[in-house]
Amino acid sequence: MFEFLTSGRYDLLGAFWVTVQLTLYSAVGSLVWGTLLAGMRVSPVPLMRGFGTAYVNVVRNTPLTIIIVGSLLGLYQTLGFELGAERSEDIGFRLAVLGLVAYTGTFVCEALRSGINTVPVGQAEAARALGLGFTQVLTLIILPQAFRSVVAPLANVLIALTKNTTVAAAIGVAEAAYLMKNMVENESDALFAVFGVVALGFVLLTLPTGLLLGWVSKRVAVKR
Amino acid sequence: MTSVLYDAPGPGAKRRNIIYTVVFVVLIGLAAWWVLATMDEKNQLDADKWSPFVTDSRVWTTFLLPGLLETLKAAALSLVIALPLGAILGIGRLSDHAWISVPVGVVVEFFRSIPVLIMMVFAHQLFVLFSTIDSEVRPLYAVVTGLVLYNASVIAEIVRSGIQSLPTGQTDAAKAIGMRKGQMMLFVLLPQAVTAMLPALVSQLVVIVKDTALGGAILGFNELLFQVRTITANYGANTIAALTVVALIFILVNFALTSFASWLERRLREGKKSTGAMVDRNVIDAAGGMGAAL
Repeated sequence: MFEFLTSGRYDLLGAFWVTVQLTLYSAVGSLVWGTLLAGMRVSPVPLMRGFGTAYVNVVRNTPLTIIIVGSLLGLYQTLGFELGAERSEDIGFRLAVLGLVAYTGTFVCEALRSGINTVPVGQAEAARALGLGFTQVLTLIILPQAFRSVVAPLANVLIALTKNTTVAAAIGVAEAAYLMKNMVENESDALFAVFGVVALGFVLLTLPTGLLLGWVSKRVAVKR
Repeated sequence: MTSVLYDAPGPGAKRRNIIYTVVFVVLIGLAAWWVLATMDEKNQLDADKWSPFVTDSRVWTTFLLPGLLETLKAAALSLVIALPLGAILGIGRLSDHAWISVPVGVVVEFFRSIPVLIMMVFAHQLFVLFSTIDSEVRPLYAVVTGLVLYNASVIAEIVRSGIQSLPTGQTDAAKAIGMRKGQMMLFVLLPQAVTAMLPALVSQLVVIVKDTALGGAILGFNELLFQVRTITANYGANTIAALTVVALIFILVNFALTSFASWLERRLREGKKSTGAMVDRNVIDAAGGMGAAL
């Protein structure tokens, strides 16, 4: 029943490695992009606030599948945007990361914004009384405290991101779900075993993330 | 909170804000100009690629609206099946008997921690091998099965946190007047929990609607996103135009649902009849979860 693991025809570990890479690159990217978006949404410049709000509301309500398929059809095939990749697999991978960052960034932004709201008003008032400008208030006083209170929600975003990397299969990135689709079609007698192995792989990826970051969130939470 | 982060702008800050605004407009404008210019170069801005969506009603009646209907059908079916299943799982997880709560907990956590896509792929192949479901409707069945498995476990968590969000006085009072556990759940806890979890459930519907698009891209389910292929085949390679229109329809539907959830939440919070308990529809998964809200 588990011959497909040893037959050498499927690179299961390789596929999960692609999933891990997709997750890591997208996680870093969406953390940066989400923080920028959150900064825009609380900034004193009305146009930036408007852009942040509009972006978050539009992208959050768009299916991730459309964003990723759109990045292939729109960005690459129409606009010829190759992201510096030469091999076609790389292009798919980078486009998928871009799509995941664009999508996940909105959730990071919303988590951070609710974190900013948990920082007591007195903190910002004290910072302003010291004469700090908006950027200083945000980066030196508010964001460090906000980040510490949103580790748990961000952990959930990261877990959802791990699961969302499977959408990259829609543009042919050879990650775990893409491999599974090929496997179930060729190894129809081992359907349950294939599903079990791939599901186990995702449980192994998401469960430790949740436990570890849950522990971290308790460690770093600001005691008030 | 926002206004607390900065002082009321003086003359210097006003000037700076204007400069930032101008720089921002220029950057966005450059990006938009580059996109539009390249699209024009590739003939994607030609009027005949976009005009069918306005002039030709058949695009809507043959492709877009039936696609939207399939999307909504799959979403509605999934929700209707997943709701009772999720309620049973959620209540089972709160059971006092370990032989019920532990297995239910394992099932819920398992289905919450694996991607919905691999459940759809699995269900699809399962139906190919072991059922006589017609290949025309097979993708619909597969999509609904995947969505039900995933969302029942998410709804189970919503139900659980809905019941747990109620003040403990409710349980105490029910016990004090001699109710049995079943009666307490049925007549006291669940009715109140339903109001607490309504906004979270509506938000989950947005997730379901978005996930149906996966079926179109991977399993060939003829929902809204799938129509991009049929439209481009019939109206001359207008991929960008078709994709934009489809994305806009998705955004409108989901935006309406999101706004409805916010309105419902505000209304229920202000309502005098409820206990004020509320499952936070954004942080529902923060309680102990696996990123359900995406």
